[in-house]
Amino acid sequence: MAAADIHAEGHHHAHGHDAHHGHDDHGHGHHEHHETFLTKYIFSQDHKMIGRQFLITAVFMAFLAMVMSLFFRLQLGWPGEKFAILNTFLGDKWAPDGILDKNMYLALVTMHGTIMVFFVLTGGLSGTFSNLLIPLQIGARDMASGFLNMLSYWLFFLSTCIILASLVLEGGPASGGWTVYPPLSALPQAMPGSGMGMTLWLVGMTVFVASSLLGSLNYIVTVLNLRTKGMKMTRLPLTIWAFLVTAILGVLSFPVLVSGLVLLIMDRGFGTAFYLSDIFIGGETLDAVGGSPILYQHLFWFLGHPEVYIIMLPALGITSEIIATNSRKPIFGYRAMIGSILAIGFLSFIVWGHHMFVTGMNPFLGSVFVFTTLLIAIPSAVKAFNYIGTLWKGNIVYTPAMLFSIGLVSSFITGGVTGIILADSTLDITVHDTYFVVAHFHIVMGLSAIFGMLAGVYHWFPRMFGRMMNTKLGYAHFWTTIVCAYGVFFPMHFVGLAGAPRRYYDYSEFPFLDGVTDLNLVITIFAIVGGFAQLLFLYNFVYSIFRGQRAPQNPWNSNTLEWTAPVEHMHGNWPGALPEVHRWPYDYSNEGKERDFTPQNVPLEPGEVGDH
Amino acid sequence: MGSLIVIVVLVLAVIAIAQLTRLYELSNALRGKREEDISLANNKMNAWLWVMFGIFFYGMFIWLVCAYGDKMLPVSASKHGVEVDDLLNFNFILITLIFFITHTVLFYFTFKYYGRQDRKALFYPHNNKLEFIWTIIPTCVLAVVIIYGLKTWNDITDDAPKDSIVIELYSRQFDWAARYAGEDNELGKASFNFLSNTNALGIITEASYTQKVAEVEAEIKATEEKIKNEVMSDVNEEAAIVHLRRLKAQLLRIKSFKSEKGDLNLGLDDKVVKAEFHIPVGKDIKFLMRSQDVIHSAFMPHFRAQMNTVPGMSTTFHFTPTITTDSMRTILGDPGFNYILLCNKICGAAHYNMQMTIVVDSEADYKKWLAGQKTFGESFTVEAPKEEGATPAAAPSTQDSTNAIAATNIK
Repeated sequence: MAAADIHAEGHHHAHGHDAHHGHDDHGHGHHEHHETFLTKYIFSQDHKMIGRQFLITAVFMAFLAMVMSLFFRLQLGWPGEKFAILNTFLGDKWAPDGILDKNMYLALVTMHGTIMVFFVLTGGLSGTFSNLLIPLQIGARDMASGFLNMLSYWLFFLSTCIILASLVLEGGPASGGWTVYPPLSALPQAMPGSGMGMTLWLVGMTVFVASSLLGSLNYIVTVLNLRTKGMKMTRLPLTIWAFLVTAILGVLSFPVLVSGLVLLIMDRGFGTAFYLSDIFIGGETLDAVGGSPILYQHLFWFLGHPEVYIIMLPALGITSEIIATNSRKPIFGYRAMIGSILAIGFLSFIVWGHHMFVTGMNPFLGSVFVFTTLLIAIPSAVKAFNYIGTLWKGNIVYTPAMLFSIGLVSSFITGGVTGIILADSTLDITVHDTYFVVAHFHIVMGLSAIFGMLAGVYHWFPRMFGRMMNTKLGYAHFWTTIVCAYGVFFPMHFVGLAGAPRRYYDYSEFPFLDGVTDLNLVITIFAIVGGFAQLLFLYNFVYSIFRGQRAPQNPWNSNTLEWTAPVEHMHGNWPGALPEVHRWPYDYSNEGKERDFTPQNVPLEPGEVGDH
Repeated sequence: MGSLIVIVVLVLAVIAIAQLTRLYELSNALRGKREEDISLANNKMNAWLWVMFGIFFYGMFIWLVCAYGDKMLPVSASKHGVEVDDLLNFNFILITLIFFITHTVLFYFTFKYYGRQDRKALFYPHNNKLEFIWTIIPTCVLAVVIIYGLKTWNDITDDAPKDSIVIELYSRQFDWAARYAGEDNELGKASFNFLSNTNALGIITEASYTQKVAEVEAEIKATEEKIKNEVMSDVNEEAAIVHLRRLKAQLLRIKSFKSEKGDLNLGLDDKVVKAEFHIPVGKDIKFLMRSQDVIHSAFMPHFRAQMNTVPGMSTTFHFTPTITTDSMRTILGDPGFNYILLCNKICGAAHYNMQMTIVVDSEADYKKWLAGQKTFGESFTVEAPKEEGATPAAAPSTQDSTNAIAATNIK
């Protein structure tokens, strides 16, 4: 464990206290338990440690997925070129003479998507920040169930291992795209990746969903039941609102994915025909009749679309908190922000069909999905305007976290507006599954959500590890990242509008795409530079865990409760009584106050109102 | 060697960062500066960097539009495609406007309101009127977008005109075939149960029925004998038993087609082509789509047309081509230009290279070309002539091939 020696020095009152004891008044009881290395760092039931475990796993997975994307970008930038580095990492089978194998290309694309969407932006983002912040910001000793929380992490870890194991199989990992549509994914004859690699993908994802459900149930129960005195729902920081709605989305939609995956497992292994019908493959007529491949897509996207918001909402919540803190201003339209989170959450369940306009689905059904999908633009626009409204007449402190948060606002707008094109079934006919889509969802998820995650890491690093990250490296990291990220994904709109389909191994064989060939090269170069820029983060992250400057109590002069807890982690979070909440979380630069912030636990002065 | 250089560069980069960080930390410690204190100079620097980033961002947008604006898909070659393009342009103007306005405001605020010691932010938690306005405006704009979009969508997905030319697009790993209904403008029945080397689309005719029954029966017999007589490993035996089960199920399904009343010979005059298919300009074309193995997607970017092909299900799309291949070559100034049908749903290793050329002809040229293609009845030959049932198939085959030769001569 990377964090091993943080507590080796200093504060002895960080005593071992079982989470179960921690819910009552915590003032008594000292030094009665001794934690071993195993219970403190490995099988910890402390939400702060579990949050760190999620984060470190996610950072590792994110780098792996990023390297995968660089590998396939090499092929796309210089099609058919030999790269010794590909041969070094992928071996003679998958990159003979350094030329990327076609099946491996698809495998890399698939695993990049799977890892980023589920293991980094779902497990990593929610897992890290819901765990760290929910108890600390609502004033609770820990999660409702520390044990389930621990189980959630270890199931996540197990699913990570299963997915990693699939990378070294003889037939390669799953390679039918991250959505693994059957029949391609159901028939081992269809491609090498649909063999054992696909089986491990299905098992890994099922375990992942179990982890996600345990986590989500815990988050919901904790937010609803364990708020400290005075912490009304309308005084919750927007982070907590976002995590709560995210968890509800997860609980309602992930089971549907599992049912979809179970049916796929049965089609693959037990001779059923839920998704298969009328298939002749590998010289043989299969006896499956009556199934529908489209059924899978309905089940998949019933999760798949809420999933986008499972990823985005935590990032938006984190941003709300950071933008308000560092603008030294209340978040603009707090209640409207809550309303938009709820509206987005609700709408996300009735839009999944917009991924399926050209599957042969009834056009009238398509119309309904056009309508519901475009409605989502309204709460999203409200959020974007409110962020900009918060910056207006602020006194902006440019911490690295603030830079990433503003970067999120920019990319949320850029990626959001192209969503208007894609939500329109008519326009989707032309741009469906082209690079235009790749550009759209990478700007929303690859930029916005990742920016939100990085903003969260920079902002709460002091809370997580008791040390500060290096600000200057943070600046360098942000500016290279935003330039390169836009440099990668912005030109993709144009590649898509030229008609280039996604997931192609080689675009140079199509004369009608000749005009945009050099854009593929530009994209790859930005990707390589941007990839290397992430080393600035990795170095800063690892170095600061061990050697960073010690964190003060409240480094960003923030209002929320987590900054009232002692810097040195302890079970139960606060020594003595839990803090009491008297006001909303965004009391920044209030008139008549000397300081430009008033933490939630500061009692009201006579005549003052606590809510806005 | 390449990887060695990369690794060396990486190591050197990390060392450089490490050394710079140490230096920075030491100087911070000397000056008593802390990480959480963001100095005025830093706020100012970042405010300026936002401006520079804004210039880069807008510059990139403008450069892409100028340098690549003419490399986008050319003018639509289908009737409905023009409407699609109009809608697309309308939406693009709208979102570009939103993009520039919001970003300009964002960059302006990030520049103007950087933190200074001597000022305090404005305490301004909400403004219901303002929020109402910026909820209502997007709602109205979206209403327009939705209504305009759905009107076009309804036009495009409406039923194809009755007199449309019916063409079947058939996909499999990794190529396409197109099937034209013959004189009767009605496609013969087809099923995956009837696929064979000489019947790539599984068209059902008397001849192909007889031949397929014979073939499957023969294979059932062979497999049964194999299971009975040969000594096999468990795995192979299991595979053989599964194969036998599949064959028997297939035979039952095949026979069910015979019991269905109706003309089994509708498919005799169907024409199947590969690699290239022709369509006449100005005529309504109705595509029916089937897939043999996995999901593919028939993507014809120049006609703004796309529809998935799904095993076990028939999908459809119809459009009217408006520009012949020759005219488009003139428009683009590219004598080598061809319309193309691509696969746009991941389908396996050669997904990226599953294409077919589309030729839009004048009606006369189209008719001439079509007449030059063999009918299914002509091209279908029976693999195992020893089977008695195969004889009826041979007769029309020979008869029609004379016509085919004649047709070739005309061409």
